[in-house]
Amino acid sequence: MRVLHLLINGDRVTVAAPEHWTLLEVLRYELGLTGSKQGCDKGDCGACTVLVDGKPVLACLTLAALCEERAVTTIEGLLPAHVKSGGSGPDPVQAAFDECGALQCGFCQPGMMLSARALLDRNACPTRTEIQDALAGNLCRCTGYTQIVEAVELAVAKHCGVAPRRPGSARPRGRSRPPPRRA
Amino acid sequence: MKSFTLFNPKSLGDAVGALAAPTSSVKVLAGGQDLLTEMKEHLVEPDKLVNLKGVPGLDRIEFTAAGACTIGALVTVGALEEHAGVRERLRVLAEAAGSVGSPQIRSVGTVGGNLCQRPRCWYYRSEHAKCLKKGGDECFSFSGQNKYNAILGGGPSYIVHPSDLAPALVALGATVTLKCSTGERQVALERFFTLPGEGDIRRETVLRDDEVLTHVHVPAPAAGMQSTYVKFRERGSYDFALASVALALWRDGARVKEARVVLGGVAPIPWRAKAAEAALAGAAFEAATFARAADGAVQGAEGFGQNDYKIPLTKGLVQRALQSCG
Repeated sequence: MRVLHLLINGDRVTVAAPEHWTLLEVLRYELGLTGSKQGCDKGDCGACTVLVDGKPVLACLTLAALCEERAVTTIEGLLPAHVKSGGSGPDPVQAAFDECGALQCGFCQPGMMLSARALLDRNACPTRTEIQDALAGNLCRCTGYTQIVEAVELAVAKHCGVAPRRPGSARPRGRSRPPPRRA
Repeated sequence: MKSFTLFNPKSLGDAVGALAAPTSSVKVLAGGQDLLTEMKEHLVEPDKLVNLKGVPGLDRIEFTAAGACTIGALVTVGALEEHAGVRERLRVLAEAAGSVGSPQIRSVGTVGGNLCQRPRCWYYRSEHAKCLKKGGDECFSFSGQNKYNAILGGGPSYIVHPSDLAPALVALGATVTLKCSTGERQVALERFFTLPGEGDIRRETVLRDDEVLTHVHVPAPAAGMQSTYVKFRERGSYDFALASVALALWRDGARVKEARVVLGGVAPIPWRAKAAEAALAGAAFEAATFARAADGAVQGAEGFGQNDYKIPLTKGLVQRALQSCG
């Protein structure tokens, strides 16, 4: 066992965990933060994606013992961080996923939204291709990805005031009204 | 995953010191994006991990005034991809880095780890298959599912080397520094990788258990180099190469002066296609030459059923790489 001093979603936490545990195991089984999903558990699916110092990483392939002194953001931390920075309600990425119905079973969604957040933090107005590249490591077995990419585009459009340019289209394609909400 | 003790040396000396009495139960940890998958599948079960991340000075990319480049082993693949100097001067390497894994893997995986990663052959990766690479007496891909296996340089094992950086770095004539507690050696990257028939079949490189790969050195390319990395993968989002081509090319007007053609995903090592290079040297830079180079690239290639497609695929990629330099 090893005592770890971690910084999770802005909170300093001290936790004892086996030496070989991954960040994902500590998040889920010591801290109860089950938003980070244990999918393949070997780096293929991206469902465990969290941000470490702002970069998307696979929590299943990250040793918790190597995360001390680093800022970890999980899906549970997005809304509090948004509120803390002066916003209200969920992170714009979360709101856009909600508005676009960009989920079915929901298993990939936390990782998707964190990959999208990492992208928008370094590039506030990405192109569709840049969005697709940023989400390349997050697999979804339900949606076919269309609404997921559209959700990120909606978040971008609301932030930048214009829709991202589509490959092959000369002008930005605006959305006249948001797609219907799914039950 | 079996438990282990984690050693966090603060200097390279301490790190290699911990490897000085090597046993198979000590492993070097950098980004961990390959090692942890191996540990989770019980392919390696070290008692101790030597974590390099606390060792200073291994995470830098430095260019000399003359244009030679030294890349620390802990530089992440993402940092390599985004480095302005690498993008401008060593395009083949930036493109190869951008094609590695997913954004999550690139933000953690390191250059050293990418070069030292183990094969992805599913017989090797299955804890239930005791293949040649794991002390067994058979390469199951030969009579089994061989869609992803080698068409060049195989036998008795038919793995392909999974690295994207390796073909690019071989094309650039890179060398690596391997350090142990009693000294260090420089090895040309082309000699770093070993064919299954040449050395220890359980290994893909000459790296010893008591050594750490610390730096990659890329000599200053001769003036006028054009270069590119063309990779074909089964899945568009992210994947290992079914086949790839790293090309470095020097032209003199309408003729090729010199070319380096290195294939990925088709052989147990990054495969220097010398017959393709010979077909290009001194020839007119035109489609007929590209076709001869493509034929040369797969000289001696042999599929065994499900991987036959790699032969025309590789030929197509060689031509595509050359066309993109037009």
